[in-house]
Amino acid sequence: MIGELWENFTDALEGLGSVVHFLFRLVGNTPRVLLRFSLISQQIFNSGALSLIIIMLSGLFVGMVLGLQGFQLLQRFGSEEALGTAATIGLVKELGPVVTALLFAGRAGTALASELGLMRATDQLSAMEMMAVDPIQRVVVPRFLGGVIAMPLLAGIFSVIGIYGAQLVGVQIMGVDSGSFWSQMRSAVSLSDVTEGIVKSFVFGVACSLIAVYQGYYATPTAEGVGRATTTTVVTSAVVILFLDYLITAAFL
Amino acid sequence: MNQRAPIVDIRNLDYAVNGRPVFAGLDIQIPRGKVTAVMGPSGTGKTTLLRLITGQVSADSGEIQVAGQDMRVLSRTELYVLRRRMGMLFQNGALLTDFSVFENVAFPLREHTDLTERLIRQLVLTKLQAVGLRGAAELMPAELSGGMSRRVALARAIVMDPELLIYDEPFVGLDPISLGVILRLIRRLNDTLGITSIVVSHDVQEISTVADQVFLLSGGKVVAGGAPQELKTNPTEIVKQFIGGLADGPVPFHFPAPDYFSELMSRSEEP
Repeated sequence: MIGELWENFTDALEGLGSVVHFLFRLVGNTPRVLLRFSLISQQIFNSGALSLIIIMLSGLFVGMVLGLQGFQLLQRFGSEEALGTAATIGLVKELGPVVTALLFAGRAGTALASELGLMRATDQLSAMEMMAVDPIQRVVVPRFLGGVIAMPLLAGIFSVIGIYGAQLVGVQIMGVDSGSFWSQMRSAVSLSDVTEGIVKSFVFGVACSLIAVYQGYYATPTAEGVGRATTTTVVTSAVVILFLDYLITAAFL
Repeated sequence: MNQRAPIVDIRNLDYAVNGRPVFAGLDIQIPRGKVTAVMGPSGTGKTTLLRLITGQVSADSGEIQVAGQDMRVLSRTELYVLRRRMGMLFQNGALLTDFSVFENVAFPLREHTDLTERLIRQLVLTKLQAVGLRGAAELMPAELSGGMSRRVALARAIVMDPELLIYDEPFVGLDPISLGVILRLIRRLNDTLGITSIVVSHDVQEISTVADQVFLLSGGKVVAGGAPQELKTNPTEIVKQFIGGLADGPVPFHFPAPDYFSELMSRSEEP
């Protein structure tokens, strides 16, 4: 029993070690890939632009729910005007980065993992190696960087649309005063709140993209293996995002 | 470099996967400028041999030289330089599915050279013409048949003008017409481009028509080698079984198993 636990523990450490090692390989290849920015911009389009609709829709609904819930709660204390502040801080610091990252893992992360896994299964990666083209440099790093760049942008868009959604419900429907909604928000939300959000979304971008490309690149080259890589990507990403979220929140206190 | 020296020179090579030996004391010399076939029953490590030659895996012990380079001491960069002189055709073609036929063939040129778009276009169209698929340049890999994919992959493999062209099971799953086309291409490319070809296959009849030389692998060693005609008259049991396609012989029909009678009669529920 204890032996089994110990084995699981060392396995987990080994897995973590190989992910970190993979990250170093990606970072080491980054300067050369940056010289061919067209490869990266293509991937920003794939991971970012193609996730826009789902991010915007989710942002709107999350913002609307915040508006509704926040209004009900704040009304009890007679401070509905603080709705703008409450919704914005909630979105910028927490919901924006976290929900975006979770959606990103489901939309772009799975696409990355299955794409790389299928490339492995159909010998495309080996073929590149045989053509003296490093697949890490040509395929993996651009996808990784594309995700890292896209995530903060998506989180920003999510938060902005979310604030609009909160305003829509709070001001337009529930009748909170528009002037105090915006002015309270502007005076109460500080730069450090925004910084925290940006740091979070950047870290989540690194984590999600890394997990996705790692799972895809090392997927067992079978239909089942690619399927498992995709599932593991979503599950691991979700847990890692929430764990990192706690760490970063604590660090910013 | 000595043009007479074999392009692939393997001496006393050992290689094992998870402790199970694939090659034990393998010796094989592949001459330049010829079409050499490597045959053998499934699971004898034919594809592994290709992976050793191309440096995708490294040997446990023994010597392996490719185009005069000692594969044991090559750095990653040197290996990549060597690979630019090789072309490889994978079993399924391994075309990049995101790119059109044209872009697949242009891929190595775009990655390794600074040629102008005009020149790339000319080179790609020449190679596609050589495999008869110039008209398919704008198609996507998903729109091609198996035989066509392999011909595109062949055009891609020769676009950098390699010295050595390696084919991994090029005939699997092809209809007789496509098979004939690939066979003719192997011979014609070898002779017109003056390259060396290594073909891994177990299609005895097909390969005999184009190969200058055949090696038969079995049990981790070369058990026979020579011209295709010589192999047909080889008296060794394993060669006779393989060339004649006999179900039983030195390569047994049955996978190793416990005694048939006692296993049927045993009461144990476990398999």
